[in-house]
Amino acid sequence: MTLMSYRQALHDTLRSEMLRDKDVLLMGEEIGVFEGSYKITAGLLEEFGEKRVRDTPIAEEGFTGAAIGAAMLGLRPVVEIMTINFSLLALDQIVNHAAKIYGMFGGQARVPLVIRTPGGGGQQLGATHSQNIELYYAFVPGLKVVAPSTPADAKALLIAAIRDDDPVLFLENLALYNTKGEVPDHDTPAVIGKAAVTREGHHLTLIGYSRMAHVAKKVADQLADHEGLDIEVIDLRSLRPLDRETIVESVKKTHAAVVVEDDWLTYGIGAEVAATISDGAFDFLDAPVRRVAMAEVPMPYSKTLESAALPSENDIIQAIYQTLEAIGHRRIKAGPHD
Amino acid sequence: MSDQKRTVRKTTKRTAPKAIAAGVAARVVVPAPAHAERLLDFYREMLFIRRFEERAARGYTQALIGGYCHLNLGEEAAVVGLISALQPTDYLFTNYREHGYAIARGIDPKRIMAELYGRVDGVSKGWGGSMHMFDLTHRLLGGYGIVGGQVPLATGAALAIDYRDGHEIVMCTMGDGTTNIGAFHESLNIAGLWNLPIVYVIINNRLGMGTTVEKSSAEPELYKRGAAYRIESARVDGLDPVAVADAAMSAVAVARAGRPFLLEVVSERLRGHSVVDPAKYRSADEVASLKQHDPVHTLAARLVTEGISDETTLSVMDQEVMANIEEISAYAEASASPEVSTLFDYNYATPVPNDSRRLPGEPLFAAASTSGANS
Repeated sequence: MTLMSYRQALHDTLRSEMLRDKDVLLMGEEIGVFEGSYKITAGLLEEFGEKRVRDTPIAEEGFTGAAIGAAMLGLRPVVEIMTINFSLLALDQIVNHAAKIYGMFGGQARVPLVIRTPGGGGQQLGATHSQNIELYYAFVPGLKVVAPSTPADAKALLIAAIRDDDPVLFLENLALYNTKGEVPDHDTPAVIGKAAVTREGHHLTLIGYSRMAHVAKKVADQLADHEGLDIEVIDLRSLRPLDRETIVESVKKTHAAVVVEDDWLTYGIGAEVAATISDGAFDFLDAPVRRVAMAEVPMPYSKTLESAALPSENDIIQAIYQTLEAIGHRRIKAGPHD
Repeated sequence: MSDQKRTVRKTTKRTAPKAIAAGVAARVVVPAPAHAERLLDFYREMLFIRRFEERAARGYTQALIGGYCHLNLGEEAAVVGLISALQPTDYLFTNYREHGYAIARGIDPKRIMAELYGRVDGVSKGWGGSMHMFDLTHRLLGGYGIVGGQVPLATGAALAIDYRDGHEIVMCTMGDGTTNIGAFHESLNIAGLWNLPIVYVIINNRLGMGTTVEKSSAEPELYKRGAAYRIESARVDGLDPVAVADAAMSAVAVARAGRPFLLEVVSERLRGHSVVDPAKYRSADEVASLKQHDPVHTLAARLVTEGISDETTLSVMDQEVMANIEEISAYAEASASPEVSTLFDYNYATPVPNDSRRLPGEPLFAAASTSGANS
């Protein structure tokens, strides 16, 4: 195990996969000379050359589509889309092509493609640069969507994504790049499609992914330390496929759930999780499933407004208390927690 | 690591686009027997595509074929000329008007018709239909239903060839309307920057559905768009298979030397945009002119005029083709529809846990069905 940042885990994994397989190449805007907007690809152009680390024009549809076509011929391109907001420009290629080619042609062509892209608000980047729209991709059969929340998962899921024969949207998060954690030294890929129980507990199930899985774990640890609450935390890790079984098994044990997400509430991933719980653990629920999500506005620039729009730790704690209150968990002291 | 550019193959030529006015493309002088054989081969193939497409139109009206059905009627000379310039190892990407291309590429027409019928023996096993034919063996890497969708993909295939220092090239056909799509421009820019071995072919049949090129393209001489990306380009008469073949061979040679090429083939669409379009936006004069320029009829007349064939022989050929097409339809009709149990067979190439595999009425969790299920 080595302690490293999420950014370092991504960088080192890209490098080791490129050393392992010469069919792996990187494509994206500013990933070479500029070393990536978030420096994930730092040093790779120098090491691997222009052939394998390709700076592209600002043409998301064109270079994402080209990566799909190259993948059809057996290369394993890893595309960096600078932020998930810009992936909208490549939507036709991702949804109508990458996701369809294997099925639409009766299994004759595979698309071993990875699209790495960060989401994340909270950087005062305003309405067009602060979205979390992974839901758009998680909605589409034919795509796989993974969202690591720790450096260890960043490594294991990136290895899995690169070695997978299907198109994988690999969701990163601006606020996670500098977070640190222990990363195994071995190159064992994660299993895509599996959630992780990152904290066991029996009072309530707290579910999140990407940055919110990180925040959920932190909140649960705090509540355990200070309030004696024993909360189970699930990191979804994979948004498509969704590991419904792990969610439902947990709620059958805890009888209550709060879902936290960094994206908009209505029609969101939290809604899918809540519906899953309703279908699979209805008789076990002691309270309605609560969702904590972003305020439904285009993200404002002003720090006060942006902070108000984003789900906070306190919002999550409140939702947990209210849920526990609703089921008569009397030994919990209600009240604001800041 | 050999990541230097394939300078040996690359041409540094930045020639101005060669404008070959429609209808006056220069004829290549070839020895008579080879010339005769070439024309006859083209004619046989064009006639086959003509009859196949007419049969497809009939199959559509008989409700044997569903969805959209776009035909290559009027495009036969362009199809056979273009495909004749490719090596078997070259790759072809095309759009949703691709039955003829699949035939010309050498795919068994029975499997093409079976795909139109949505049957298991279809080239895409009944998953694609008219717009999405695919056959790896014959390196047809897809018909694509979204206008312009194939253009970045084809560009990427050329990138893969270049990456591996291969000697294949990619041909990517598209309609005239596609040249107004962003993906077209992004792709040509990338191909121009990276010296990719690809021939982009615009089949300009003068109409994007019902909208004329002049009404949709500020520069209606579409081949000129290559200049913006320093891509050599040319325009050719798409009603003459020989002219198309020669222009395509020149274009393919440029691509094989490591530079992209943009070829505009001025063609015709004898009928509506798709089978169901009566094309009421066309004038009577236009329709009469179309008949006069029908490439299959024109070539038949040329074969007779040049003494290469005669009407009786051509008539016998037609009967043989028609009989063959009937066999093909019978094969397609006899082919089985895919079993419902195969519905989830192509969700993913790499199996993945928790993949959603349920029919519309099935519950998410088996236990939930026990209380309400009828036995």
